[in-house]
Amino acid sequence: MNYVMSFLVGGLICLVGQIIIDTFKKNNAYLLVMMVVTGCILGFFGLYDKLVEIGHSGATVPLLGFGNSLAKGAMEEAANKGFMGALSGGVIRTAPGVAAALIFGYIVAVIFNPHGDK
Amino acid sequence: MKYNKDNYKKVVDEFTPKNKMLKNCIMAFIFGGVICLIGEIINDSFVAWLGISDDEASPMTSVILVGISALLTGLGWYDKLGKIGGAGTVVPITGFANSVVSPALEFKREGFILGTAANIFKLAGPVLLFGYFSSFIAGLLSMVFK
Amino acid sequence: MKKTGKTFIIKDDVIIRDTYTIVGNKEGQGPLKNKFDMVIDDDLWGEDSWEKCELKMQRTAVENLKNKNNLINDNIDLLISGDLLNQITSSSFAARDLELPYIGVYGACSTMTLTMGLGAMLIDGGFAENIICVTSSHFCSAERQYRLPLEMGGQRHMSAQWTVTGSAAIWLSNSGKGPKIKHVTFGKIVDLGVKDANNMGAAMAPAAYDSLNQHLQDTGVDYDLIVTGDLGTIGKGIVNKMFNEENKSIESKYDDCGTIIFDIEKQDVHAGGSGCGCSAAVFGSFLYKKLLNNEIKKLLFTSTGALHSPTANLQGESIPGIAHCLGIEV
Repeated sequence: MNYVMSFLVGGLICLVGQIIIDTFKKNNAYLLVMMVVTGCILGFFGLYDKLVEIGHSGATVPLLGFGNSLAKGAMEEAANKGFMGALSGGVIRTAPGVAAALIFGYIVAVIFNPHGDK
Repeated sequence: MKYNKDNYKKVVDEFTPKNKMLKNCIMAFIFGGVICLIGEIINDSFVAWLGISDDEASPMTSVILVGISALLTGLGWYDKLGKIGGAGTVVPITGFANSVVSPALEFKREGFILGTAANIFKLAGPVLLFGYFSSFIAGLLSMVFK
Repeated sequence: MKKTGKTFIIKDDVIIRDTYTIVGNKEGQGPLKNKFDMVIDDDLWGEDSWEKCELKMQRTAVENLKNKNNLINDNIDLLISGDLLNQITSSSFAARDLELPYIGVYGACSTMTLTMGLGAMLIDGGFAENIICVTSSHFCSAERQYRLPLEMGGQRHMSAQWTVTGSAAIWLSNSGKGPKIKHVTFGKIVDLGVKDANNMGAAMAPAAYDSLNQHLQDTGVDYDLIVTGDLGTIGKGIVNKMFNEENKSIESKYDDCGTIIFDIEKQDVHAGGSGCGCSAAVFGSFLYKKLLNNEIKKLLFTSTGALHSPTANLQGESIPGIAHCLGIEV
């Protein structure tokens, strides 16, 4: 059941993303920024956790989930450490994913060569 | 010429083909769904076989997905998937990884410091900036409205 | 003055003596595959970057054109060239190896007729006897400069065009046999506010219409074939519409290089080809052979350029269009 819900919820979030791309015809970077900020807002109001309960990875894998983690990390740390926690909480919570992207990205750049014609 | 900036827009719209939205949406749904499904399978494997708690498994899943995406980008396959899957390959964390790895790879020929390293955040930088910024705001607000 | 309206009249003979075209793999599989002089198999051609591949195409096109016609540097007065990259890198770096007096010009995708028009005027003015005009574009180098990294996943919009990987060198001379350049019209920049970098055809179409209209009005020549550079399906449709509305329909004898060079459906190029190499490669192979075989006697050849700057675009500017016309007669 979790697998079905992951597929459905993840698919739906991507479908919304596709509608945004096709309607506004903007660079993908706009979509990514929008997703993360929206995830943050939903996370702040505690709404996104409800979606995670239903959709599991379908909700955590899309960038909305990244935004949600950011917000939750910042809020939890802020409760413990105040201002400094608000500053660092989100960064700490999401650091593995970001560091992985950076480091893997560099390794890939060292090993592979860019491909041209599609 | 009888056209000006105002009435030319109409002509452009008339001749510009629309994106195949229905087909794109279906593909985005399928690709996005499958990527999330793979995430769930990885997540479950961590929990079931390695006995890792649910909370810890989630970031590990992200790391694995990022790794897979980085590899596919390096092999030049991710853009081919992206061509079919559209937002289905952009919105998941794998799309974020792709947006980090692709400039890193492409600017390799300008050197590893000022090419790869300097351009690695070309597309992901905005995402992180706005992500961190809004999380900071969320943290502050949570302190105010405790 | 050798001028009628805005069009320059080339009174003396300016002959297009020969051409040499090199194109990439994808272009080599298109409808014109047998017409090109050389097709390269991959996007690097033994070089270690796409930019170096592009300049190698340009250099080789000129060298092979020279060898084919036993031309030596002493006989060539001038090299006029341009391309799409910043600082017209490919042209300047190719010229470095060619050791010819060099004028580099930038006209975006309109470069082919811009260089040929300038060359024709210099020869007609008696300043030169033999001039080589060359231009090039490369899908990968253009894409990364103007848009996004190629490995970035995502979809191209239906209105996007495919930059042609290709180069053409053209030999202009004041003697010998071949089609002659009779009229040159340098267009003015027309900008109707299109800001969408994925819709260059629409950005250039008004400029193409303006230059074509000017040229036809000035010269009054009844052309067999009118060809624009890289408007693609969208721009071609708009130009046709504009002429039809003025009751001067050119539809029956009008075509666009961007729709000739690729099989638009099968090769998945969306709105068609674009880039300096598009009009250059189509003229240097397909159209030039038609002129030589007398299949067409009077050709109006117009390269169209979108003077798009990613920086200006981000600052909210629109994309200015330009088109230069050459009246070529056998």
